[in-house]
Parts: sequence; structure tokens; C-alpha cells
Amino acid sequence: MSGAGTFLGMPAFPHNAAAAVQDSQLRFNLRKATHTIRGKRAAVVGELPDWAELRRAGKEIKDHTLRHLDRYLLQLEEAVTAAGGHVHWASDAKEANRIVADLVKATGETSVVKVKSMATQEIGLNEALQEEGITAYETDLAELIVQLGDDWPSHILVPAIHRNRAEIREIFQEKMAEWGRAAPEELTDEPRALAEAARLHLRERFLSTKVAVSGANFMIAETGTLVVLESEGNGRMCLTLPETLISVVGVEKLLPTWRDLEVFLQLLPRSSTGERMNPYTSTWTGATEGQEFHLVLLDNGRTDVLADEVGRQALRCIRCSACLNVCPVYERAGGHAYGSVYPGPIGAILTPQLRGTASAIDASLPYASSLCGACFEACPVAIDIPEVLVHLRGKVRHARAERLGMRAAGWIFDRPSRLARVQRLGGRLRRFVPGRLPGPLSAWTDTREIPDIPAESFRDWWNRTDGGAR
Amino acid sequence: MTAGAPADPRPAAEIGTGTSANSRERILARIRSAVAGAPDAPITRSYRTSPEATDVIGLFAERVADYRAVVHVVDGSEAAATIRAAMARQGAVRLVVPDGLPAEWAPDDPVADDPRLTAAELDAVDGVITGCAVGIAETGTIVLDAGPGQGRRALTLVPDYHLCVVRADQIVAGVPEAVARLDPARPLTWISGPSATSDIELNRVEGVHGPRTLEVVVVR
Repeated sequence: MSGAGTFLGMPAFPHNAAAAVQDSQLRFNLRKATHTIRGKRAAVVGELPDWAELRRAGKEIKDHTLRHLDRYLLQLEEAVTAAGGHVHWASDAKEANRIVADLVKATGETSVVKVKSMATQEIGLNEALQEEGITAYETDLAELIVQLGDDWPSHILVPAIHRNRAEIREIFQEKMAEWGRAAPEELTDEPRALAEAARLHLRERFLSTKVAVSGANFMIAETGTLVVLESEGNGRMCLTLPETLISVVGVEKLLPTWRDLEVFLQLLPRSSTGERMNPYTSTWTGATEGQEFHLVLLDNGRTDVLADEVGRQALRCIRCSACLNVCPVYERAGGHAYGSVYPGPIGAILTPQLRGTASAIDASLPYASSLCGACFEACPVAIDIPEVLVHLRGKVRHARAERLGMRAAGWIFDRPSRLARVQRLGGRLRRFVPGRLPGPLSAWTDTREIPDIPAESFRDWWNRTDGGAR
Repeated sequence: MTAGAPADPRPAAEIGTGTSANSRERILARIRSAVAGAPDAPITRSYRTSPEATDVIGLFAERVADYRAVVHVVDGSEAAATIRAAMARQGAVRLVVPDGLPAEWAPDDPVADDPRLTAAELDAVDGVITGCAVGIAETGTIVLDAGPGQGRRALTLVPDYHLCVVRADQIVAGVPEAVARLDPARPLTWISGPSATSDIELNRVEGVHGPRTLEVVVVR
């Protein structure tokens, strides 16, 4: 995951989380939000008698697609090209950004409107376009709040979940004028009034901008069709009104056949927003209604993830965010602590695999979990996130003191006689064990109590008393 | 806001074809080595493909209304009067009428999309009246496929009021039947209620960029 210089200098997760839990406003916002979506999701999932079967089909369709990804990508390329679209391939963020910038320049335009897209955030497209003199305008309400506030998204579905209405009103009043139509003088902090301000701010831009950039929720290999799910209509505006449409999509977003949508158009809206169906879904195949259409297929680390037998299941993710909304850690630490555009449990397994674990933040992510398993249960494509977390913990390079300690423990536990000797020694010296361990071992006692060491081990007691009989 | 970007002299279709061609081979090769030897993954489809629904029209009307859209269920003979009454209530006089809409549903003074209306002209009309391709009862969804009586996608997006007429025989019980009925080669718009956002403290607000009012007339 190169390109997004986003959070790479960030401190590790525990440091970020410790700061975040001190923010009572953030905790209040997050608790309210996650519990609301959680409840709605449970209700609409409970409505479907065949949820388990849909979930199984969703998982298997994704696994099958990933197994034959090369074949399906070629089929997609052929179908999109036959329908008048152009397909580009990008190995990494830099290349994808280069292709998009060149395509925009070829139109002679200096601004683009954007549909909310995780992939373009991941590659830092807006910043890359800015360097080329092209302004990218976010049009999703939450992304607009994040963009105007010069902020980072903190949730996959509701990126401004960490902001309350008063903060949003302030951002609109201070920043809207710099980006276009100013906020109304009398703007209140009523959600309805704020949404109306965004409608007015963006309306003129939608009707006049010639180039749009989007991502996609699904691509259908068989037909070359792209699918975008949304709520506000900003997606439809961007997809239908401009003359040129450029879609940047991760290679894992494929589905083999048109029919497969019958599964995913049930799984995604119910898992994501807790609705039976999201307000708007658009599908288009190649160049539509006279538009010029470019598809940029993005790797950017995905083929590395695919090569890991345990970790590759993370590529099944359909970005619904159900795992965030049930996670006790996310609910308290918030999205920014994860230092990536992919927060929460899915971020904890996706980011270290896409970016590697060289930086402090990325090496800490596999530990940003209590392994409670709520995410696995909520996942509509049954990604076993705890399994991948444990797998990644084994791959992260550990601190020297920890490695030595584990090696010593391994040696002791290797033979019962060694263990017994150490236990007897510990029992005799138990009065001298400090409450906190010194030096590098203090990391252990910072977050844990040292257990009381008994005078005698259970095994010794059993041998001495014949199981309590003597 | 921005400095002028010099226009790229190459035709857009050629952009990225140099390095992109290498990347194409590289990505495909990396995928092949990543999945080499992985077992095939069969797909089990044991979910419902045609849900049992005794009263699909009633369920459809109820589920559309759940999204805070206005719904009427009427007999064919009442359709025209219902449409006129809805327009009067909305105060909508100038409605865009796409090609192929049955004459009895059309208002007296229709706005035609011929020559093509500009986005600004669409922004200035009172609303739009269309038919649809499919209705889905279980999710309260209407699907438009730019077929007769529906027009191009922008017609149902820019105006503030969308009046949609759904024939009872177009309503299916669940999503799988709808997917089977639709043609992926056509541009599709799936509509479930008026546009909405929950981005501000998760309070649902109807009416953002799409039509703020969706009114649905189901004709038995």
C-alpha cells in the first residue's frame, strides 16, 4: 500500500487508542453510532430466513473468484472493451494515480467530482491530482465534511462518524466558501439544514463538471458491468452527468456472473446500513449514454495478500463495515487510531497485509483486538478475522526481550523436570518478586498483574498428600 | 483554486497502454503464482431464489412506504385520476415525460426530452413521471432500465419530484427474480425510497442530491 503517505509516521495503535479513549465526545459519538447501526442490522438480517445460506454463497463465490482471478479479470477486460470502455492496469498507487491524472489532463479539465471510494483514498488520489493542478471534489456528505475539515475518515461507511452536528455546522460555515458556494448565513445544526446546505453547495458543481472519478462495489466478469451502491444520489450525479467517467477498482472486487448479484445485493445493504436495500444502486456496462468510460484495475498489494493462504480471505471483504460496528475495541478507540483508511477489525488484518509490517503502526495492528470474534459473526462473507489476526501476530517481528523471554519459557516448558525445578525456586523466592518487572519486561506488567506465586505447585502438593488423601 | 493543467496530447484510449501493458502481465503473473495449487472452491446456492409471498403487491406497497415514499395502489381505471391528484398535491405542473409512457398516464402539458434537455433545464422542471422495469416486494425497490416510458438516467435524478408508475405484473417477490428479469447490458438504476443520508449523527435525512420526493402509483 504505497502512495497514501497518510498515516505512515503514526505511533502504534496502543498510543493512539490511549489518546482516543480520553475524548469523551468521540466515545459518546461512537457508542451511539455503532449501537444504532448494530441494532438496525440485526433487525433486517433477522428478517431473512436464508441469511446463513446467502452468507455461505457469498463466501464461496468470492473464494471461487479469487481462485480464478486471472481468468475472470481477462474476461472482464474483454467485456468492458467490447462495450466501448477502456481498461488500464495499475500495479501500485503511483501508477494508478499517474493513469488517472493523464486521463483527466487529456480532457483538458482541471477539476473532477468524486463518488465516495475507498480505493482512491487508499492510493491518495486526491493529493496526487492536486500536485498535477487538478482539484478533486468529494461529493458524499461525510466525505465532504472530512475534506472541508482537512481531516481523516474514521469509518468505512460513515467517514465523519467522529463529528457531531455542531462541529459539522462550524466546518461548513468556515470552509464551504473556500471550495465553492458558501454555507447559508443562518445555518443551524439541524441535520436536515446541514444536508440542505450540502445539496446547494454541490448542485452547481454536479451540473457543470465534465469528469468524474468513482470506485465500484462490484464488477461482473461475464458482462463487464460495474455496480455502485449509495444513498444520497451524489453517486448517480457523478456517474451519469459528466462526459468522462474514470473508475478505480481493486482487482478483488470481481464477481463471475450477473446472477451473483442476487446474493450480494442482499448481503451488502443489510450488513452495511441496516436497510433492506440502499436508496440507489447504479449499474453500467462500458461506455453508457454517450459517456467515455475508463476502468483502472488496481493491484497495490492485493496480489501479496492473495499469496498468503490464511490471510487471503481478507480479499473477500465487500467493505460493508459490519465488523466495525460490533467491535468493542473500535467502539472505544475510534477509526483514526488504526492509522489507515481501513479501520476496525478488517483494517487490522487488511492494512498490515497491504502495507507490510515495517512501521510501528502497521506492526501493532494485529494486536488491536481482544479476539472476541464478534466481527467474524457479523461478517457477511464469513472472514475469520480472529484467525487472520493470530496468523499475522506470528509473522510480526517481536521485541528482543519478548523473543528471549518466549525462548526461555519454551525451554522450561519443554521438560516437566525443568518446570518443577523452576516452580520450586519461584515458590521459595516468591516474597522477592516485585509488583512491576524492571527494564524491557515492564511492558508486560504495565498492562497486567503478576499472578501470586503459590508456596507449592499443585503437582508437588498432589505428590506430597496423595491427592489430599493424606 | 487550481493552476491550469496542460492538456495531455495523446488520445485518452492510448494513455497507460505502455506501462499499463507491462503491469497487466505482471499482475496476471503474480495472481497465477499466488493461487497455484490452491484447491478449487465450489459454490453452494441453497438460498431462496423465489421467496414465498402470498400478497406481493401489498408487501411491495408496504415496503416502499417504509422508506417514507408516498404509495398508492389503484385499479387501472383509476390510474389517470390518481396521477393528476398527486401532481396537484405536489403543486407540480411541468413534468418531464419520457418517450413511450402510456398516454393515459401523461399530464396535459408534458415536457419532452427531445431535443435532449440540459442538466440546467432538468433542474428547472417541477418533476418527472416514469414507468419502470421491475419492482421488488421484499425490499421495496423499483428498477429502471432506460426502457420505454423511463428515459435516460438523468431524467429521474435531477428533478426534485419523481412520480413512478408500477404495473402489478412488474412486481416480483425477491431480489433473485429481479436480477433474472433484468438485462445487464442496459444501464440500471435501483431505487429504494427517496435519496437519503445518515451521515450526520446517523439521523436519517430524506432528500440530498436525488429527488426529495418519491411518489409511487401501483396499478393493479
